[in-house]
Amino acid sequence: MLKFPFVIALTTIAFAAVAADEPIATLRGLDPLAEQGPAPPMAKVSNEDLRRARNYPEQPPTIPHKIRGYQIDLNANKCLSCHSRRATAESQAPMVSITHFMNRDGQFLASVSPRRYFCTLCHVTQQVIEPLVGNEFVDIDSILSDQDSGKKN
Amino acid sequence: MWSAAKQYWRVLTRPSVHFSLGFLTFGGFVAGIMFWGGFNTALEITNTETFCVGCHEMRENVFQELKSTIHYTNRSGVRASCPDCHVPHDWTNKIARKIQASSEVWGKIFGTIDTREKFLAKRRELAEREWARLKANDSLECRNCHGFDYMDFTRQSPRAANAHGTFLASAEKTCIDCHKGIAHELPDMKGVPGW
Repeated sequence: MLKFPFVIALTTIAFAAVAADEPIATLRGLDPLAEQGPAPPMAKVSNEDLRRARNYPEQPPTIPHKIRGYQIDLNANKCLSCHSRRATAESQAPMVSITHFMNRDGQFLASVSPRRYFCTLCHVTQQVIEPLVGNEFVDIDSILSDQDSGKKN
Repeated sequence: MWSAAKQYWRVLTRPSVHFSLGFLTFGGFVAGIMFWGGFNTALEITNTETFCVGCHEMRENVFQELKSTIHYTNRSGVRASCPDCHVPHDWTNKIARKIQASSEVWGKIFGTIDTREKFLAKRRELAEREWARLKANDSLECRNCHGFDYMDFTRQSPRAANAHGTFLASAEKTCIDCHKGIAHELPDMKGVPGW
């Protein structure tokens, strides 16, 4: 009668002891707080030049190429040397969206508005890397089609 | 004045009295080697990065900017130093450039760009000079290393292969047309074609 709960208790204690020995690995790794562990190797920037789908319509499109050393400042904007309206015929790059020509009052300016000048504030390159954490994002089209198929069933 | 010149001419045209023909021949030969060697050595010393960054104008401005670019630090460790891009490699053009550089010596002596502010104010002018030079010689200094015939387009990104396969292959454009600011920061690019 007494034997069965006793065995359970014993295994529980043993399991707890093992668990206590193994430190919990978090994103920052197993290194003690006071120490700096070795940095992971720097990932390569994806450079396949193929446009990626946006996850939602308002998403700033990600940059599908390397931008090492691209100068974006008061003097020059390297991105616009291909993506500006005038450059696109030659470069065949997508033109910066017309929304970028608007000032805050919704007036369209002759060229890219100063508040939209610094491309990398919103547009970023992607790296060839496994995501550190999972993501359950589902885009709106999938939700709608799931709903539709739910109604039909 | 005229008589002095005449006297020098007479000395130069008359046969030597005190020196043997052998001394004059071999002495002249050795002196020639020493002069030519010394001239070339001095020229080559001015053609090193150490010489270029010996002045704070270069060291504090353009050299600092170069350091983060691919022409200074990269995966294979092959790099370009200042004269690789800024001085022609063949002798005639090198001498022509070195004679031009006397205006840079003038600039150094009179402090044309001896502060950061003066340098920034003059940067567009200096940059335009280099763009014009590279445009005129079909980006020769780039091509000393980057030979079009040896470019493997399959190893380039699609847009690079496309641009090189069209504009560069047809000689419609040369390296500097698209690759301005590859090694140094750009000046105010207002009005520059393509910017």
